[in-house]
Amino acid sequence: MRAADTLMESLKAEGVKHVFGIPGGANLPIYDAVVDADFRHVQVRHEQGAGHAAEGYARASGRVGVAFATSGPGATNLITAIADAMLDSVPTVFITGQVRTELIGTDGFQEADILGATLPFVKHSFQVTDPRQIPEYVHEAFHVASTGRPGPVLLDIPQDLSRADIEYEPRTEPVELPGYKPNLEGNIKQIRIAAKAMANARRPIFYTGGGVVNGNASEELRELAASDRFPVTSTLMGLGSYPASAENWLGMLGMHGTYTANHAMDKADLIVAIGARFDDRITGKLSEFAPHAKVIHIDVDPAEISKNVGAHIPIVGDVKQVLPKLTREYRALQTDSTRLDEWWSTLRKWQDEHPLYYEPSADGEIKPQAMIEALHRVAPDAIVTSDVGQHQMWTAQYFGFEQPRHWINSGGLGTMGFGLPAAVGAKVACPDETVVCVAGDGSLIMNIQELATCVSEQIPVKVFLMNNGYMGMVRQWQELFWDRRYSSVEMGSSPDWVKLAEAFGATGLRVDREEDLEGTMRQALETEGPVLVDVRVTAEENCFPMIPPGEAARDLVEAPGLRSAH
Amino acid sequence: MEAGTPQVVKLEDLHVPGQLSGRKHILSILVENKPGVLARVAGLFSRRGFNIDTLAVGPTDDPSISRITLTLDGAVHPIDQVTKQLHKLINVLKIRDMEPEETVAREMALFKVSSAVENRAEIIQFAEIFRAKIVDVARRTMTIEVTGSAEKIEAFERMVRPHGLVEMVRTGEIAIARGHE
Repeated sequence: MRAADTLMESLKAEGVKHVFGIPGGANLPIYDAVVDADFRHVQVRHEQGAGHAAEGYARASGRVGVAFATSGPGATNLITAIADAMLDSVPTVFITGQVRTELIGTDGFQEADILGATLPFVKHSFQVTDPRQIPEYVHEAFHVASTGRPGPVLLDIPQDLSRADIEYEPRTEPVELPGYKPNLEGNIKQIRIAAKAMANARRPIFYTGGGVVNGNASEELRELAASDRFPVTSTLMGLGSYPASAENWLGMLGMHGTYTANHAMDKADLIVAIGARFDDRITGKLSEFAPHAKVIHIDVDPAEISKNVGAHIPIVGDVKQVLPKLTREYRALQTDSTRLDEWWSTLRKWQDEHPLYYEPSADGEIKPQAMIEALHRVAPDAIVTSDVGQHQMWTAQYFGFEQPRHWINSGGLGTMGFGLPAAVGAKVACPDETVVCVAGDGSLIMNIQELATCVSEQIPVKVFLMNNGYMGMVRQWQELFWDRRYSSVEMGSSPDWVKLAEAFGATGLRVDREEDLEGTMRQALETEGPVLVDVRVTAEENCFPMIPPGEAARDLVEAPGLRSAH
Repeated sequence: MEAGTPQVVKLEDLHVPGQLSGRKHILSILVENKPGVLARVAGLFSRRGFNIDTLAVGPTDDPSISRITLTLDGAVHPIDQVTKQLHKLINVLKIRDMEPEETVAREMALFKVSSAVENRAEIIQFAEIFRAKIVDVARRTMTIEVTGSAEKIEAFERMVRPHGLVEMVRTGEIAIARGHE
């Protein structure tokens, strides 16, 4: 069998139903095999789009996302998506064509050392040197990408090797990698100590992250939190794993997190970190982070334990396995719930006096925060993707996610242009769900070409463009921290987004009055096919609360106007 | 009550163990003998800001496995974090942080020393004291092979340097655990 066909067989054996990609010279044999493959190939318009679509697919479904690209520029165009998948731990397999074996190292046409270039941000990578390795490497790649702490795996296949003829036997035995044995169970002794520490904490807080979503442990988290009145906050990546409507929910923490969540971390005596990694956007100034807290750190990646913040009780394991054990151990203890009364009265007071706040529109202009609240009213159950910037933070603050895998954004790498291709992937993974992309005008144009993918591949995503004429978050920083010296942040009114959508063959709508907002949004959701809505919002609105860069969480700045409103 | 778990866990009794050991560490790392593995290890050190003092790579008794021996300063780097990051590399099979008391560590160095007629005798004498071997003699230079601990090699360097050290080549330390009785 031709090696490229064994690649297809191996992908089929891994259960692959969808692949995103673009052909080119070095992966011609692979694309010839795609013609007869059992999966749907989604032809995107830029390899970065293929990569983010694979990420969106994986994040929405929990299955491994797959992208194909050719050698050289095709492969290097994938790099941003690979780095993005690494920082957000997204299970993905990237399969690149490479120049013929005899050309490797000669600076041949469309040759790039993609294996070398991506070494710093792959979970693992393979370059095929013998065509018989292809099936084996595919299975190893899927195993590594999807187990333990998930991440991107690159498989680089020289053109001549994918053309070669080899004997193919379907692989039946499970993958065994001697140097890769994720520890999933969690040490029961440590779990018992953790439960006892929780029983003695008077000001505990659950600090949850993307690991809860990746580990499919949302139910288990809810069970543990219900074991007592534990307050819960989450990182940007963890939103939805604990319902925003729940009583114990404090809102998101971190740079644009709520006053209550950030101050609760600051005053806590025990932080239970669950699948979170103490990123600088969470801790603020590290030396002043949570000065009174002891830390229980539950993570499947042992290297995250005590990397940034020392763990008093480390528990290495899969959250889905560890949390039920912790719940069982905790419930077996004699605990007194009233010890949390004082803590909750403090938290309630903070929630009452320091809610999320924005100045309502006085003249019918659309406030960006109001846009997100309206979107939640018209599409509360949608899968929401976003780009990176103010619109992303406002969506995180105001949408109120109730379920995991419904909030898909680029948290770690902060990749502008992520939202539209990620929505493509999410919609392909979940065709029966409403998939919306909340975009920024600075970000959307970076991968707008994928609107062509939506049209030609009939992927009906709804893009809600929060259009303020600026790269808003950079403008906000320039305003607040650089004396309002605006430098290269104006986007103006170019392009005409409605005409642009129509030029792609999609539907374009525009709204600039608050009273028309919900109606236009509903119209977009009811219109068949891909739709882009140009929502004109207040231009120079700032995103609050905000922890100024490099400062402590307790120094967070709230929205001006909150005091007088209360 | 099960052994080893305290009855009550008081928060004030919990501590984070110290991260810095303050001494030199020798890490003996078994890796799969595959292309690119050294690049993965070296790349990890550079991007995480870990400074390698010495590095030696060679085969083991199993042709599918290579050994990387490296030394680094535990006063600067949290060794636990270094080993955990190394373990994340799929090709890394085993890491041993060698206990100084239970380890035999050796390094080899070649010194090319200028040897005018008047100091030749003294250099030969140094070599004898250090149990070093003279492996090459030319009209103006002598080349001496020294094997031993890094400290011994550094001591020898201090002795010959005043006589004119032309060139020095060091292998980096390799190490093996002492046998048990």
